[in-house]
Amino acid sequence: MGAYDKMVAWLQNYWGEVIYLSLQHLYIVAVSSALAIIVAVPAGIWMSRPRNQRRALAFMQVLNVGQAVPKLALLTLAMTLVGVGAPAAIIALWVATILPITVNTYEGLRAVPPHLLEAAEGLGMTPREILLRVEIPNALAVMFAGLRTALAINVGTAPLAFLVGGGGLGELIFTGIDLNDYGMMLAGAIATAGLAMLVDMLCGLAQRVSVSRGLRLAAS
Amino acid sequence: MIQIDNLSKKYGAITAVENVSFTVPEGKICVLLGPSGCGKTTTLKMINRLIPPTSGRVLIGGRDTAELDTVTLRRSIGYVIQQVGLFPNMTIEDNICVVPDLLGWDKAKSRKRAAELLEVVALDPAKFAKRFPCELSGGQQQRVGVARALAADPPVMLMDEPFGAIDPINREAIQDEFMRIQRQVRKTVLFVSHDIDEAVKMADYIALFNMGRIEQFGTPDDLLARPVSDFVANFMGNDRILRRLSLLRAADIVRADAPRPDGGPGSMAPGDVAVSPGDDLRQVLCLMLEQGRDRVACRDAQGAVVGFVHQRDILVRLGDNNATVA
Amino acid sequence: METISFVTSHMDLIVHLLGQHLYIVFIAVGLAIVTGVPLGIVAWQYPRTGRWILACAAILMTIPSAALFGLMIPVLSIWGQGIGVVPAIIALFLYSQLPIIRNTHAAIANVEPALREAALGMGMSAWQRLCKVELPLAMPLIMAGVRVATVINIGIAAIAAYIGAGGLGSLIVRGIAQSDTRQLIAGAVMISVIAIAADYVLAFVQRILTPKGLVKLNSLSMKEATS
Repeated sequence: MGAYDKMVAWLQNYWGEVIYLSLQHLYIVAVSSALAIIVAVPAGIWMSRPRNQRRALAFMQVLNVGQAVPKLALLTLAMTLVGVGAPAAIIALWVATILPITVNTYEGLRAVPPHLLEAAEGLGMTPREILLRVEIPNALAVMFAGLRTALAINVGTAPLAFLVGGGGLGELIFTGIDLNDYGMMLAGAIATAGLAMLVDMLCGLAQRVSVSRGLRLAAS
Repeated sequence: MIQIDNLSKKYGAITAVENVSFTVPEGKICVLLGPSGCGKTTTLKMINRLIPPTSGRVLIGGRDTAELDTVTLRRSIGYVIQQVGLFPNMTIEDNICVVPDLLGWDKAKSRKRAAELLEVVALDPAKFAKRFPCELSGGQQQRVGVARALAADPPVMLMDEPFGAIDPINREAIQDEFMRIQRQVRKTVLFVSHDIDEAVKMADYIALFNMGRIEQFGTPDDLLARPVSDFVANFMGNDRILRRLSLLRAADIVRADAPRPDGGPGSMAPGDVAVSPGDDLRQVLCLMLEQGRDRVACRDAQGAVVGFVHQRDILVRLGDNNATVA
Repeated sequence: METISFVTSHMDLIVHLLGQHLYIVFIAVGLAIVTGVPLGIVAWQYPRTGRWILACAAILMTIPSAALFGLMIPVLSIWGQGIGVVPAIIALFLYSQLPIIRNTHAAIANVEPALREAALGMGMSAWQRLCKVELPLAMPLIMAGVRVATVINIGIAAIAAYIGAGGLGSLIVRGIAQSDTRQLIAGAVMISVIAIAADYVLAFVQRILTPKGLVKLNSLSMKEATS
């Protein structure tokens, strides 16, 4: 196919640029995801504590609305706030990534059977020990599902970072569209899609490794 | 030894438990018995402060538990609940070692102890130590639950309807298992139940609760033969006299008969059936009724006749409310 | 603010763009329902094929929308449809598949076996059972999937402005190109409002469609419907 040959030729010329843009892309994804996890997991834990129940539900409504906002709009609004460049992209991606992680952390922790908590308390665990040794391990599967969704959203939106000056592989796609250069377009698209699948796969692996074998056996 | 001294729990205007006092001697099982909502579970949970008492004291081994902080207190009390509560994310041996790990015991030492405890509860460590709770049956899980409660070698064990979730067929087996374990470990046990048969079978003492107070505290035979109120009499059942049967053994009633014309002193006549000294009178009476005999021979393990059990003697003994069971 | 004056003075342009935007979304979602619901049913009836169907749909979702456009344009330009409305509708259609298929599958799987047996016992054929028992009971969850697909699509349609599909995203494209903050904000805010409004309206529809007895499905948020 003509386009394929064009892509190969183009890649041979611009391999260095692809690497550079890929690293930029990964940087934005990594930073926004890390920041999202740092905020979302504690937030989810906070929401799941029984005494915070009512406030948690109100908070969930807000988060749900946030999730509906289209990502391009998020990027645009971030750009008007902090100007063009990577920070706008990182902020927008951070907002987009937070919700699934928070919700799943909250739901996962709430789904831990109450009698496990009673047993843990009765045996003499402190609240912190109960959280770390019982609640989180048992909620991990659901939390990882949330993380996986969040990362998919993040990696999926990252190409748009180019539109607000954040760089990344989106440059190849959108510039390719503008210039009608199929080679560039395809290179960008394949690289982006490939990166997305790689991240998803790594997340799946991480999940397999961290979730206790006992829970996997119980679920099957 | 546990001493409960005027323990009370009030929720605003509602009194769940009112001035409950009793003492359980060292190494004995006390069953907290009663209908739903009578306060037995609340009382149990006040001992390890899952429910904070409104007033009163709990003394374990003579020391007031109020002196200890909650977490230390709980780590020194074994706790077994109805739903077992084994942590599905941990192996069986990690589950057993939860409290030792919290206390910072040496890992190798505690894993070895876990293996010993698995043997105590009749589960092969080689097979079960590395498995996960979801791979075990309900009865096996609860046995692990008991092992977990014993892990840090606490002097006291609290059990909240521990065998309630096990099907009736296996329940009897695990009750027998637990009694065997208790003979070995000799813990002071408080055991909540709403099942009279379970209480009569397992308890050294029964505390019968009614609406937040103890109606009667005594041995199972005390409550069966000498109920102090209509409530106790009704709760233990109209057939409570018959329930006393399971508390007595053939050996308690046996007597040597006078020599018979057709054989040596106290020998068996043709058609006589025999029981062992350890058989409980419920089985013996059933046998008598089945075979239509009014006496059975009592034979020891070597086959020698040690005496006879007469139906009349059983009835006399049952009717004598003041004769306590040994 | 200037943005507001921009909006009021260009109202007919904005309405035109809104119309374009909704047109793309509705066609894509409509087509997706037509293919997605039957695929979900098939996925449930034939579990082994079903696993493949769900896996393919899931893989589609991991492809960033911009990448999908980048992949489609060279292919579609063979038929001269490289840019414009066609690739946009196709992309939106593909992205709608997973939520709808997965929710249909889950919804039908969730119908209690006892109900199925009762229906069979009453003498319903498999087809009648599907139409009279399973689909009505599955409707709320399927609606949840449609809702998720719609909201996602409103967002992606905004990006489609970059490949000439029109819609409210054009305001953003032009805003960036011309450094015109008014268009930027107008576009961003309008798209957000439409998306949130769609979410609420469809949640309302979902609630209406829920039979009185199935209260749990009422509270499905967008997140739960996608997980």
